[in-house]
Amino acid sequence: MNGGLQKILYVVFVAAVILLGVTIDNSYYLQMLIFIGLNTLLALSLNMLMGYAGQISLGHAAFYGIGAYTTAVLTATYQVPPLLSLPAAVGAAMMVAWIVGIPTLRLSGYYLGMGTLGFGMIVHIVFREWSSVTGGASGFVGIPPLTAGPLTIDSEQHYFYLVWALVLLSIIMCRRIIDSRVGRALRAIHDGEGPAAAVGINTKKLKLQVFVLSAGMAALAGFLYAHLIYFISPGTFGFMTSIRIVTMVVIGGMASIWGSLFGASLLTLLPEWLHSFSDFEMVVYGLILMSVMIFLPRGLTRGLLDIYEHWRKNRDR
Amino acid sequence: MNTGEKTVTDSTALLEINGVDKTFGGVRALKDIDLHLEKGSITGLIGPNGAGKTTLFNLITGIFPADRGEIRFDGRPVKGCRVHELVKLGIARTFQNVELFESMTVLENILVGLHSRTKCGIIGSIFRFPGVTNEESRAMSRAMELLEFVGIQQYAHRKSSDLPFGWQRLLEMARALAAEPRLLLLDEPAAGLNMSETLELEELIKQIRGHDVTVLLVEHDMSLTMSVSDRIAVLDQGKKIAEGTPRQVQSDEAVMAAYLGKAKK
Repeated sequence: MNGGLQKILYVVFVAAVILLGVTIDNSYYLQMLIFIGLNTLLALSLNMLMGYAGQISLGHAAFYGIGAYTTAVLTATYQVPPLLSLPAAVGAAMMVAWIVGIPTLRLSGYYLGMGTLGFGMIVHIVFREWSSVTGGASGFVGIPPLTAGPLTIDSEQHYFYLVWALVLLSIIMCRRIIDSRVGRALRAIHDGEGPAAAVGINTKKLKLQVFVLSAGMAALAGFLYAHLIYFISPGTFGFMTSIRIVTMVVIGGMASIWGSLFGASLLTLLPEWLHSFSDFEMVVYGLILMSVMIFLPRGLTRGLLDIYEHWRKNRDR
Repeated sequence: MNTGEKTVTDSTALLEINGVDKTFGGVRALKDIDLHLEKGSITGLIGPNGAGKTTLFNLITGIFPADRGEIRFDGRPVKGCRVHELVKLGIARTFQNVELFESMTVLENILVGLHSRTKCGIIGSIFRFPGVTNEESRAMSRAMELLEFVGIQQYAHRKSSDLPFGWQRLLEMARALAAEPRLLLLDEPAAGLNMSETLELEELIKQIRGHDVTVLLVEHDMSLTMSVSDRIAVLDQGKKIAEGTPRQVQSDEAVMAAYLGKAKK
């Protein structure tokens, strides 16, 4: 994408966030928007790994959970200030990703999917069974709100701004990586690992680096989630969440930064809208996802852009 | 000094292959291969299908190791080096079936080719230090130079998969040159090219040699191989059956037998 359009998108993004923050004071809607932000972070993190580098992860919720549980234990059990538990939470997830990534990323395709799936399940079981630390299946209660010195962020409005500021920073960060030498190398690995190595890319090292980065971003989302809800339980970080993150990436558009935002928005809002279908909720949900994949296989963003291009060409003729 | 030693290891050879064997599940793909490439030379590697040419390429580029024997690049054994490390040392290649990065533009393909000659990492890319921006603009102008060198600069911003096949080959060659190789391995560069494209390719290969690049060429197009190569090595069923100047090889009996199927002695 060219620089001009990119800048316009950033301005629109910031304007939209401020506008929503100023006009909406209904706490349910703010909560929804905060969740869209968290899911965008998750989708973005997986998109770097899956959309750009072409490495699937079916256990991404594990890193989300490691971020949440690390800060929960540190701030609630050990009274560490959240400002210090943030690097610890992100760092812990990155460390785990590094250790797990070395053997796992030797796999590819379905096998990598199975490997990460297994990893996600193990982490989920640890959250559930290590009761003395994590609170077990009934969850972890009493996580304090975010504080930074004398400042406490406990109003939804402020949390909304904080989350979306971090989303913006993450988008800029990912964009910059993608548009650099590193990003080109990642896309090269996606197109073919053999040729990528043949032009001098250390594929093993780069895959591990992006896996670690991706885990860190997911852990950031987990950190924010824990201090938003004050309560976490293993169910939030299970297999279904991992699948939901994959779906956000695929529906939004693989290898599309703004696609992650659309995918996360749709998958967060859709279940809310579909409540009116009551019993048929899951059926309609499934139908919508299926139709997106059948009619817009490149995801929402690319798909809609393609339709627009097509319409413009027809009009010009 | 030390001249007694030098007679054993040829000091002007960029690549030395000594007694190399490679077996795949009982099939001996390469048997006791010796091949020395002089610095700045063009060597043609010919032989019928299945003779082991591509296997030899894969050994030289570090895709898999030799079972026996030794390969030295610029005096240094390549054993244990991974593919990308050999690129950094100066060995680049093209593929028989053109392996471009299809989701990327022509220019981006070359920029990826510059990977081993640039440094920016993840941290650098996020903060865009002045050094990173400089490197990026230098890479960009170098990439355009390379596209001009092979003559496809006007298609820099097209998707690489949209190029006609002949130009895809040129692009792949430019991408390999971006790594600033001292040894360039070309795997059937003329396959799928028409007559005039093949002639242009011949010119290009000669120009590449002019830039101090040693070339090893696997090719089925005999007229190209004969006219461009200084020396030719012939493989048949994993063995080197002849080596010499194009003229010597053309009149070699073993070569004729391998190609025309004459009864062997």
